[in-house]
Amino acid sequence: MADIEVKGKKGNPRIDLTPMVDLGFLLLTFFIMTTTMSKPKAMEIQMPYKDDIIKEEDQNKIKNDEALTILLSKENRIYYYHGIGNDPANPPKVEVTYFKDKDGIRDVLIQKKKTVQDLISQGVLSAKDRVAVLIKPDLNSTTDDLINILDEMTINAIPVYAVVDITPVDKEFITATEQANPQ
Amino acid sequence: MPRKSTHIDMTAMCDVAFLLLTFFMLATSFKPPEPVVVRTPGSTSTVAIPDGYMLITLDKAGRVFFSVDDVIAKKAIIEQINEEKGLGLNATEINNFVIGGPIGVKFSQMKSLLALSPSQQSDFAKTAPGIPTDTTGNYETNELAFWIATSRYHMPKARFAIKADGEAKYPEINRVIATLGKLKLFKFNFITDPKGIPAGTALFEEHYGNKAK
Repeated sequence: MADIEVKGKKGNPRIDLTPMVDLGFLLLTFFIMTTTMSKPKAMEIQMPYKDDIIKEEDQNKIKNDEALTILLSKENRIYYYHGIGNDPANPPKVEVTYFKDKDGIRDVLIQKKKTVQDLISQGVLSAKDRVAVLIKPDLNSTTDDLINILDEMTINAIPVYAVVDITPVDKEFITATEQANPQ
Repeated sequence: MPRKSTHIDMTAMCDVAFLLLTFFMLATSFKPPEPVVVRTPGSTSTVAIPDGYMLITLDKAGRVFFSVDDVIAKKAIIEQINEEKGLGLNATEINNFVIGGPIGVKFSQMKSLLALSPSQQSDFAKTAPGIPTDTTGNYETNELAFWIATSRYHMPKARFAIKADGEAKYPEINRVIATLGKLKLFKFNFITDPKGIPAGTALFEEHYGNKAK
């Protein structure tokens, strides 16, 4: 333990620096607790331009073959079907999946991209056509679901996607699928 | 043999402590006061939010709060709202708004809220009802639209950020997005937690493939 030298001796008086160190660490702890190094991250969203004056004919340019409709539902469940689903004579096959890394919605999206690529090379779709995803969240889905699906769009590099309102037809698809698979 | 003294020279330790302190003082910034607890969802986005933005906070129960971080604009905004909505705020209350945190009450309750000090306002925020965002009505009843429009007038280049709780239901977040849509605002940001890019995906190839080149 350092002592202050006895008065009689000449030479450098030794000062104990232990309290100075304590002070330094106290200030350090204060700054570590109250500050943050990272600014919050932001995800950029561009919603489709909606104007009441723009007519319907300009809006539906998505082809049935390139489209995938995703319905977000309760408990992080995802219902999806290929196509736009606006043909009442041919109801689409609605399937269920979840936000899993394997066998989830990501694999569905990757598969869809491959399918559209094949259709382009076969000549069914033109070279300018790309995968288009319509995202329709229902009343029981959460913000987590919305952000996760938008993130999946970025992760899988889906070029065209839009968040649109869910239609009564889609709501019926969901109830029909739920009734067919009671759990 | 006489006993050797066991003193250690603490100068070096003191230097280390102050170097660490200087690093933290220069490299970090104070966390903004957040009375409303929100758990944001995760996303792989690495874009940092720029300064000069308006923040709309949506908590789990669907309550909407509004805040602006530019102090000069805040004063102009509250003065315009005071005049147009006839709130009857005095100078202290206007000052309380400028230094205070997010607002989550109707215009009619603003005077009583701003009469409290900022720390009392934070306590009140826990039970505040939130700003009305009635999109079925018109511009007049949707108070969030009024806040946003007034703020845009004073901060024309500001970006919009929505900090929504992951468990907030879709109809609530849709109301906020619809309010922005009514004001012709289609480009905005969601504040998210950072999340790693999953391996083997297109984004992974793009991100790490480019770096390797």
